[in-house]
Amino acid sequence: MLKDSDRIFTNLYGMDDWRLEGARRRGDWDGTKEIMAKGRDWIVEEVKSSGLRGRGGAGFPSGLKWSFMPKEPTGRPHYLVVNADEGEPGTCKDRDMMRNDPHKLVEGCLLAGFGMGADASYIYIRGEFYREAENLQFAIDEAYEAGLIGKNACGSGYDFDIYVHRGAGAYICGEEMALIESLEGKKGMPRLKPPFPAAMGLYGCPTTVNNVETIAVAPTILRRGGSWFSSLGRENNTGTKVFCISGHVNNPCNVEEEMGIPLKELIEKHAGGVVGGWDNLKAVIPGGSSVPILPKSTCDTVLMDFDSLKEVRSGLGTAAVIVMDKSTDVVAAIARLSKFYKHESCGQCTPCREGTGWMWRVMERLVVGDAEIDEIDTLLDVASQVEGHTICALGDAAAWPIQGLVRHFRDEIEERINTRKQNSVAAA
Amino acid sequence: MTAQDQQPDTFVFDETYGAEARKIIARYPEGRQASAVMPLLDLAQRQHGGWLPTAAMNHVADMLDMPTIRVYEVASFYTMYNLEPVGENFVQVCTTTPCALRGCATILDACREELGIDVGETTSDNKFTLQEAECLGACVNAPMMQIGDDYYEDLDAKSTKVVLKALRNGETPEPGPQSDRKGSEPAGGLTTLNNGAAGAGG
Repeated sequence: MLKDSDRIFTNLYGMDDWRLEGARRRGDWDGTKEIMAKGRDWIVEEVKSSGLRGRGGAGFPSGLKWSFMPKEPTGRPHYLVVNADEGEPGTCKDRDMMRNDPHKLVEGCLLAGFGMGADASYIYIRGEFYREAENLQFAIDEAYEAGLIGKNACGSGYDFDIYVHRGAGAYICGEEMALIESLEGKKGMPRLKPPFPAAMGLYGCPTTVNNVETIAVAPTILRRGGSWFSSLGRENNTGTKVFCISGHVNNPCNVEEEMGIPLKELIEKHAGGVVGGWDNLKAVIPGGSSVPILPKSTCDTVLMDFDSLKEVRSGLGTAAVIVMDKSTDVVAAIARLSKFYKHESCGQCTPCREGTGWMWRVMERLVVGDAEIDEIDTLLDVASQVEGHTICALGDAAAWPIQGLVRHFRDEIEERINTRKQNSVAAA
Repeated sequence: MTAQDQQPDTFVFDETYGAEARKIIARYPEGRQASAVMPLLDLAQRQHGGWLPTAAMNHVADMLDMPTIRVYEVASFYTMYNLEPVGENFVQVCTTTPCALRGCATILDACREELGIDVGETTSDNKFTLQEAECLGACVNAPMMQIGDDYYEDLDAKSTKVVLKALRNGETPEPGPQSDRKGSEPAGGLTTLNNGAAGAGG
């Protein structure tokens, strides 16, 4: 198990003071100026060597992403945009970081922003997180007041501004291009890539969009060294990760653990085990609603990291572990996610706009068995026509839970259809 | 009464909200003031008792030098803008899968019983509007509901009714988990960060 001394978010639960004084006591803002004095390239290289991969779901190497930003000033502003539009069902980690440890994010913005040559940072926080935005703004105000950000940030000679921008209720704005559109004052409809944000992002200027956790872990990585971070976890899946364990466990919780911890250990050590014991487990969605569900047999042994979960045809996503015990109507659980994606589709691409609604309606019928067996294949066919045929990944995200369900629980769906048919014959 | 009947003829920011609006506009580069449309619509909604009349959207469009249609588009795209009046307490119960697994149906029923209204309705005294919401991002404290700006978490039928009763009596119930928990830590004892002092993780 990860030692407390290797945990980054030491105030994850808000037991200690979240303000500047408490943050300093926990080691934040310590030697920030000296880190900046090592230069831009050193910061990017250190993050590259840490093996940090984006914590928002896609797992793209963070240092590499930062290195895509222009090396020299372009005459236009360069931006770091922090994606705090946390809304992937099951996920509630960024919320804790922002309300209980906001200075990690603020310091991270400065260091990451400096590393990539950004002039300013916008933190796009979901509108419902009103109290979290209050704490974050308070921390930013404190940092300005203390000279840590703003003109001559930390006495480094570097000017850097940080602004909070509240969203207003749209899951799609967690997609980086939709987020940028929204930040520009428009509907949150994703843009086609390329051009990528590093070339043409916010206001057409070079921009990097990173998840809250990715940015908030950066200062600790830079203080303790990339080699410290990469010594945790396993190759290509390094460091620590905040997991959110929800659903049918005895003690749902957020917890920071080492990457690659076995799923079973994660649930049993920190979440008090599955309700009714491990053998009462039916399935787990291991990385937020978008990733395919895993049956118990896989959960027995799988490790919680990018590559291990990819091998079992799922994903780490946001590391939001949704646990379902044997009392769960797994078809209804996934159908509810289909409703979510139908609700959240921005409507721009036809396959997603029409497909999410179509898939949800079929899923609702499958819940009660009101379907023909061959409709399961039609559903898979439609799902595969949505997947990969849209501007952004929401179409994929709507297809994957359904594909996972059919892959592992087809028997159950068929049984429901057959039972209904038999019952209607018996009734007739 | 329909929303149409309640549309005011005019809307302008009062002094306090106006000052806040100007502060927000200054966060964005010159010529990019349209970026402030979302926060300004939010301010307008707050000033107008929880919903956005057309006059308020027009006022925001004027302030930001935007075509009104662009502002209407934004107001209708994002779910947090209410284009019709809502009750004093806007109750949103999360019903997405993680909350569903923890019994959000019971919470919704408790709301229906306590308030005497169904989802999408407002009480006759205008004190409460009840809505279902998509994932509100507090999944390890499920089931939960948002009322106004606050989250009420770790709910059961009883605590849900206690919260609603308090609001009806004009009290402000303590937000956050309605259990013994402070936040997202595991109930029944910490499994990490339990050495008393905050670690030296920084």
